[in-house]
Amino acid sequence: MNFYAIKAIYISEMKRFFRTIAQSFISPVLSTSLYFVVFGTAIGSRINEVDGVSYGAFIVPGLIMLTVMTQATSNAAFGIYFPKFIGTIYEVLSAPISFLEIIIGYVGAAATKALFIGLVILGTSYFFVDLTILHPLTMIAFLLLTCLSFSLLGFIIGIWAGNFEQLQLIPLLVITPLVFLGGSFYSISMLPPIWQTITMFNPVVYLVSGFRWAFFGVSDVPITISLLAIAGFTLACLAIIGWIFKTGYKIKN
Amino acid sequence: MPAIVTIRDLSKVYDGGFEALKHVNLEIEAGEILALLGPNGAGKTTLISIICGMVNASSGAVSVAGHDIVTSFRAARSQIGLVPQEITLEPFEKVIDTVNFSRGLFGKPADDALVEKILCQLSLWERRDARVNELSGGMKRRVLIAKALSHEPRVLFLDEPTAGVDVELRKDMWDVVRELQADGVTIILTTHYIEEAEAIADRVGVINAGSILLVKDKAELMTQMGRKELRIELQVPPEAVPESLSSYDLRIEDGALIYTYDTNAERTGITKLLAALSDAGLVMKDVSTRQSSLEEIFVTLVEDAS
Ligand SMILES: Nc1ncnc2c1ncn2[C@@H]1O[C@H](COP(=O)(O)OP(=O)(O)OP(=O)(O)O)[C@@H](O)[C@H]1O
Ligand SMILES: [Mg+2]
Repeated sequence: MNFYAIKAIYISEMKRFFRTIAQSFISPVLSTSLYFVVFGTAIGSRINEVDGVSYGAFIVPGLIMLTVMTQATSNAAFGIYFPKFIGTIYEVLSAPISFLEIIIGYVGAAATKALFIGLVILGTSYFFVDLTILHPLTMIAFLLLTCLSFSLLGFIIGIWAGNFEQLQLIPLLVITPLVFLGGSFYSISMLPPIWQTITMFNPVVYLVSGFRWAFFGVSDVPITISLLAIAGFTLACLAIIGWIFKTGYKIKN
Repeated sequence: MPAIVTIRDLSKVYDGGFEALKHVNLEIEAGEILALLGPNGAGKTTLISIICGMVNASSGAVSVAGHDIVTSFRAARSQIGLVPQEITLEPFEKVIDTVNFSRGLFGKPADDALVEKILCQLSLWERRDARVNELSGGMKRRVLIAKALSHEPRVLFLDEPTAGVDVELRKDMWDVVRELQADGVTIILTTHYIEEAEAIADRVGVINAGSILLVKDKAELMTQMGRKELRIELQVPPEAVPESLSSYDLRIEDGALIYTYDTNAERTGITKLLAALSDAGLVMKDVSTRQSSLEEIFVTLVEDAS
């Protein structure tokens, strides 16, 4: 293992993050606050408890997931797309490092950023609602796995993307809708039966549900299935990345 | 001298089907400065990119210091430094950060003294905290060199290092290159400029359309391939080549007679020419010779090949 290389990539990625620290934090904090005001206060005042949890608190896990997933994906996608775009990727490709080390560096940094933002949102939510986390360790484990797996997904997108539009495409067109439709702001049981069935094909449901279980002990799907789902998703991303580096897809001629 | 880089039957066909390298064989000797000379699109960058790991070869093998670049890529690559043709740097990064990054990437622990030495050598130390986008083009090129040197490579590739570089920096660059050579570093540089190869290289390889046309000791190449010119100035500048000398390969340039001959030929014909001159009653004022430059040699080679 070339630990110095992992460290070099990780640090340089984190430095990029801290160069734009204000913007990295302000926008998620601001948008989360808006969600609390709109959903939690305005709408929530008209909704009774969901699964025995006040509506304002109920949406916290979903909100964190929404932001963490989109941030992890777009951070990781940008992190690898940018060197590809400006050509500095040459150095990474010519260095004595394996694909595993490249991934640990880039994905590790993107996951760290997403984790930071997730925790900041969690902190912000304490300003708006009363919150007790029933299973803090599971909560952290879920958060970490989500940061990691969606950073891996972002890494794949960053390698695949040929321009900035494609870079934005998946986070915007796939992740955001899936999260909104994945029970972030409601319980699946509130849907008509046919939609309940359809929703089960949405992978995000398992993540949001598992994450919510860690907070409140209630969930739409069993926690073990949630854990298996996220583990499976992580492995699938790793397999695709392994193939990318083996074939040099879109990074080596 | 032993070879430090061995290239065997290397070919590259790009995705579009373009054959950029055709069965290239080349041995680069330890400690030498090899200039790869070739026109645009000859395949110089492709060759370097394969050796350094940015492009996959279609067939053939390369080893660096005995390590295959695919099967033992770590050992092979840790020997290599690369200064790319294009200026590719992260615009908002600080000079010192990007140089330290390179060192780390190549698996070396931080070494502030060494990085300071390299930055000083390249006159970048004062600008170490500047962001890359605040630097001039020539300075950015120095940063690229500093990055390549930061991990103490044994083999250094300079892909057109003097493109867009002024005389001053070029001189600095050659000083650095010579110093590196004195430390035992092997240097491969590509260039379009023959004077450059002539000025710095020990050996010259000529590449065109994906094939290496020749690799020769520079001096040997110049004498072997070289045509020499004998310039004869006469007391009375001639209007035309005198009738009696029409059997010689002569022409008139600036009022002097120019005789072109092949230094490899059994007989250069100089003695005979000079005798004929005095027979014709022409009085010589001055005689000088000039060797044809690599440029002319190169043009001849490329023309012969096509
Ligand atoms: N990624 C690529 N895809 C397809 N063709 C390519 C690619 N890169 C280079 N080529 C082609 O391969 C040939 C050799 O290119 P290369 O960059 O190696 O030339 P070069 O000798 O470095 O030229 P120059 O002196 O202009 O830098 C060119 O015809 C070029 O168009
Ligand atoms: Mg080139």
